[in-house]
Amino acid sequence: MLSGINLIAVLGLSLLTGFAGLFSFGHAGFMAIGAYAAAYCTRTLHLPFLVGILAGGAFAAGSSWLIGRATLKLKGDYFCIATLGFGEAIRLILDNFQGLGGARGMPGIPQDTTIWNVLILDVIGVILLANIVRSRHGRNMIAVREEELAAQVAGINTFKYKMIALIISAAYAGVAGGLLAHYMTFINPKMFSMTKSTELTIIVIFGGLGSISGSVLGAFVLTFLPELLRAVDKWRLVVYGLAVIGIMIGRPRGLMGGFELTPSSMRKYIAELKSARSAKAAQKAEDATPGKDGL
Amino acid sequence: MAQFLQQMVNGLSIGSVYALMAVGYSLVYSVMNFSNFAHGGVIMFGAYFGFYAITLLKLPFPAAFVLAFVGTAVLAVLIERIAYKPLRERKAPFLYFIISAMGASIFLENIIIATIGPTFRTYPDVFGRTSIALGPVSIGRLDLIMFAVSAVCLTGLVLFVEKTKMGRAIQASAYNMKAAALMGVNTDRVVMIVFALGGLLAGIAGVFFGMKYTVYPQIGNITTKSFVAAVFGGLGSLPGAVLGSVLLGIIETLVAGYLSSQFRDLIAFVILIGVLVFRPTGIMGKTTEDKA
Repeated sequence: MLSGINLIAVLGLSLLTGFAGLFSFGHAGFMAIGAYAAAYCTRTLHLPFLVGILAGGAFAAGSSWLIGRATLKLKGDYFCIATLGFGEAIRLILDNFQGLGGARGMPGIPQDTTIWNVLILDVIGVILLANIVRSRHGRNMIAVREEELAAQVAGINTFKYKMIALIISAAYAGVAGGLLAHYMTFINPKMFSMTKSTELTIIVIFGGLGSISGSVLGAFVLTFLPELLRAVDKWRLVVYGLAVIGIMIGRPRGLMGGFELTPSSMRKYIAELKSARSAKAAQKAEDATPGKDGL
Repeated sequence: MAQFLQQMVNGLSIGSVYALMAVGYSLVYSVMNFSNFAHGGVIMFGAYFGFYAITLLKLPFPAAFVLAFVGTAVLAVLIERIAYKPLRERKAPFLYFIISAMGASIFLENIIIATIGPTFRTYPDVFGRTSIALGPVSIGRLDLIMFAVSAVCLTGLVLFVEKTKMGRAIQASAYNMKAAALMGVNTDRVVMIVFALGGLLAGIAGVFFGMKYTVYPQIGNITTKSFVAAVFGGLGSLPGAVLGSVLLGIIETLVAGYLSSQFRDLIAFVILIGVLVFRPTGIMGKTTEDKA
């Protein structure tokens, strides 16, 4: 359940970090906006659950547009600092704004999140993201990640594509926040601290930058693992920290990178997730002409 | 008026500690062009080193102080060797540096939680609680010592960077690492010295911070404010970092004193975003040229 909710936020971040090459410390901020917007809609305005979730996504996307307009022009490092400031500012504003419960949080949110609607949203999220990544827009984002200057020279509006990636990823985070609120039935600003942002980033890195299937795997494994390893829980983050450094030094593409034999088989992995049939076809294609499947 | 002066004094003393931390961020940024998020963890370790040197080893304060900052200098260099050097040699994109730094900071924070525990600890009283009265303004002894030591350290740092051969090597590397290496500067050693210096000041700041408040594993998060100060003054510029820190310290205490202490942290991040939007290079930062 929780992994399903995490997965949605991770998918969004995966698009931003893995495909567009932007690093965000503020995703918990977008989740917080989504959670509060969704909870306000269902709890105070008595709107249906789906409307609340969508409102959460929309609010997060809207705020990301504002923050993106102001900061996406900045060079990489400064953007990441801006998201850090944004995430913390959102948390502190919610902490001090009594209209939404302040530091005590917001209780009594209807428990509408079920395993089924999380699963459905997960599937929609993965398919949507896979299609975005494979579209012209997605390829443009990858171009921006690989070499911004070259992409710009090739006629790609880099600002526009970074903005699109940011907005989509914030919308994912907002939806995830909304789901979280309706699963926990209680939210407070502390749930969306910087630790949450870093956790999401860790999952994306574990799964592998630029790999949707990796993010899916990462989200499930890294949300389940701590439940199994309760006894050694306090060492969990110690190991995570070391593992993140290890991955960066040894295998910067992340764990899923290890599964690919040819650069193009990552696409096959995505195809494999979509349907077993297309995976088989891809396998055949690989057997025939390695490195030249589908596209 | 007396209250205003009092707030200014408090702001100056906390600002000077921010400055010690902020120059660490700025030094690394100027040479390596990325924000070393592991710095907060190093500061936190400084606070713990000092705490245990005084309580467990029963060292007198000056010895504990030296132990703390030597310890953090070694720690900072170790982090550089393990987490950044392989990336540096591979000329990895800056994204990997930031992720690696994040990993290091998570590791440092949680190794303390796992081994020592998340409890808050208070430094024993070293300087006494009596304050010195200067007309209408009273200054705590700790505040005075904090300010004096910080000023001495920062002056020393500036002299080091401006006057010594190593300092000039740092300046050259900050300007252009590749060209400096071609001119015979041992850039590997420059990076090491930069991390050692940053770690040293981090240790001093950590001990003072722990003495003024308490010692706990999440001190590193509070030090994000010193990072804000570094951005405020202009990343990569030492005088900028000092100026930004002192200004931030004063603004914070004034906000806490006249408005509400709840807004104190918020104002730091509002400043951060404001600076980034309107003047990303800060008050006196170097102009960021496109290095693509």
